[in-house]
Amino acid sequence: MCLAVPARLIAVNDAIGTVELTGATRDCSLLLVPEAKVGDWLLVHAGFAVQIVDEEEAQKTLEAFKELEELEEAYFAGKAEHS
Amino acid sequence: MKKLTLQEKQNTADTLLKRINALHEPGETVRLMEVCGTHTVSIFREGLRQLLPSGIELVSGPGCPVCVTDQTYMDKALAYAEREDTIIATFGDMLKVPGSYSSLSEAQTKGAHIHVIYTPLEVIELSKKHPEKKIVFLAIGFETTIAVICATVKAVHEAGLKNVFFLVSHKLVPPALRALLDRQEGHIDGFILPGHVSVIIGEEPYGFLPEEYGIPSCIAGFDGLEILSAIANILEQRKTGNIVVGNTYHSVVMQKGNPVAQAMMKEVYDICDDAWRGIGIIPNSGLALKDKYAAYDAERALPIELEKPSLDPKGCQCGRVLQGLIKPSECPLFGKSCTADHPVGACMVSVEGSCAAWYKYGYSSGGSTWED
Amino acid sequence: MERVRLVHGNGGRFSHELTERFILKYFTNDLLAPLHDGAQFPVTAGRMAFSTDSYVVQPAFFPGGNIGKLAVCGTVNDLAMNGAVPQYLSCGLILEEGLAFEELDEILRTMAEMAKAANIQIVTGDTKVVKKGEVDKIYINTAGIGMIPDGIDIGPHRVKAGMDIILSGAIGDHSIAVMGQRFGLDLSDSLKTDCAPLNKMVHAVLDKVGSQVALLRDPTRGGLGTVLKEIADQSQVGIKVEETAIPVHDEVQSVCDILGYDPLYLANEGKVVLVVEPEITDQVLQVLHGFEEGKEAVLIGKTLDKNIGKVGLQTAIGGVRLVDLLGEDQVPRIC
Repeated sequence: MCLAVPARLIAVNDAIGTVELTGATRDCSLLLVPEAKVGDWLLVHAGFAVQIVDEEEAQKTLEAFKELEELEEAYFAGKAEHS
Repeated sequence: MKKLTLQEKQNTADTLLKRINALHEPGETVRLMEVCGTHTVSIFREGLRQLLPSGIELVSGPGCPVCVTDQTYMDKALAYAEREDTIIATFGDMLKVPGSYSSLSEAQTKGAHIHVIYTPLEVIELSKKHPEKKIVFLAIGFETTIAVICATVKAVHEAGLKNVFFLVSHKLVPPALRALLDRQEGHIDGFILPGHVSVIIGEEPYGFLPEEYGIPSCIAGFDGLEILSAIANILEQRKTGNIVVGNTYHSVVMQKGNPVAQAMMKEVYDICDDAWRGIGIIPNSGLALKDKYAAYDAERALPIELEKPSLDPKGCQCGRVLQGLIKPSECPLFGKSCTADHPVGACMVSVEGSCAAWYKYGYSSGGSTWED
Repeated sequence: MERVRLVHGNGGRFSHELTERFILKYFTNDLLAPLHDGAQFPVTAGRMAFSTDSYVVQPAFFPGGNIGKLAVCGTVNDLAMNGAVPQYLSCGLILEEGLAFEELDEILRTMAEMAKAANIQIVTGDTKVVKKGEVDKIYINTAGIGMIPDGIDIGPHRVKAGMDIILSGAIGDHSIAVMGQRFGLDLSDSLKTDCAPLNKMVHAVLDKVGSQVALLRDPTRGGLGTVLKEIADQSQVGIKVEETAIPVHDEVQSVCDILGYDPLYLANEGKVVLVVEPEITDQVLQVLHGFEEGKEAVLIGKTLDKNIGKVGLQTAIGGVRLVDLLGEDQVPRIC
């Protein structure tokens, strides 16, 4: 119900940040994420950053997906060996 | 941030689907409600339904702010739009929503000043550009949008603007879920919880789902894989009996949400009962501006009397659709008098409305079936 | 700064001045030179295509082009989609009182440049001036005619099941370039309209394997999604396309993400969808790749003998999404 996209904070001017998306930059209010700093990834909804993306967690999610895949491969490889 | 390659995506989807199949007992029907309209759209756009085992049914919920906005609210917005001295500022979503007698886009063709904005902060520029006009902002939305509107109310206050007014109809998600469960009309086996609402409120407000109702749930992101992994999470809770509020969107959903936003909401709004379209009054599910901000409350600062009573469209089953009690195609108006081009109910208007999604990705594309 | 006045449209001395200073500065050819009430030219036997379009884009100037570029390329491309070799173009200008001469000059200069690139002659035209506020700066109508070479027969009746669907490049660039300025987005310089005359590229394909090309469509307003659904309906076939095969530039995708737009329904002004016999797909791609406008050309799908009238988009994770015509215009939304 709420569209939001991740974008990198590239400049801060008081409570207004400039965020960079591929191909476009735009201003974005930092009122809801006062601790955001340049270089952070922010989740942006309707012109406001609503959260700082936890890059480590994002990375873990990706890795969990990849591990899932490897486990599965190992599982099926194991099956193939036994059959 | 890194992304998965296409191949990795396909492999992960395969793996998740295998896991879902393994967790699902053949012959068992599991009804999962995706609360959020953005999830509804993703599910259609990724073609998820036909990938799932046939016993897993996905039911769309009430998470479309435009759809649940009450008819009286639209009529009030239209009454403001008719005023010569008023500019309506609104998200694009609201343009086509039918009130009892007209819609904003219809009013616009008759000369009403309606300004579509991307961010609520644009009301500040509008106010400065048109000091002689009153700017009425249609403040709708769930917690995610509420947070940004709160910040806007404060910014307007701090800027000392006297010609900006908020017509408020915010809705809160957790009380709505409780109301759905209390009505006990439809059977729901689990909730796919809205990712971006949860960014603001965190995991805790959903605690009553496992604790009081013993119902599994999982907070999900919005791409196909994230939705599949939430479904797997819910099925796993069912299988193990360890019922919790799952979260597969850790990158942005913290256990405590966004405390700054929550504090701001408490500072600007009081919680109140509120009317949901087609559903009725849900206790503690709405917000009203605190007295401190009454000067910005359109209803208090610019009182308006509706000349004619608000009427819900005859025969429209939006309310039952929003509660997951019927599928859009089971409404007698669907595809007949109610179509995407000539919508009767709000659920057909919003891009995220379940009727609109069923219509666009099913009905008007030539039927919902695809032969492989 | 000099500006267009209402008298520039009254047919008298001021009109002559405008014609000489601007129109004849850029549009010069033997057929236009007599400045008669119309152009006269000989015709050859065969089949001819005739097409017209009106251009009302706002803003009139946008990254990578202006309304003049659209007005020439749009009609040239419509002719090319009929398999015709564009020959002659008319140009009707409706100018708003107050339009700066330098803007008019730039638009006409672009039109001349595009006409040259497309090898078409602007042979007749008309100019009207209307009161301030009655149009936004400038509206242009162009109509064009072209000859269809022998052996070329392009149309929905030729599309059968089992054919390949080729797209000449990435979608959505034009729409995003034109409207991206709104809503506070500062677009990077790499985002430009894709507007270009396609006739040379299209005829390079037709010259080689024209008899096996069934249909050509340019996905302008309504976008690729609408064009595919129209083909499925008109030709009574099913269509399956691979979502991951459809090129979308990262810049376009990210603007779409933030505004909630779907690239399938964004307008393009320099793209063509080709429906061809599968035997020639490789050859067609090879020819397209030889042109700047076609260097990202790719096979995106096939026509089917089932799912008649439907378009199924196979998604990355293996699902199938059904594609409909564009309905209401896309507006930025929160949900």
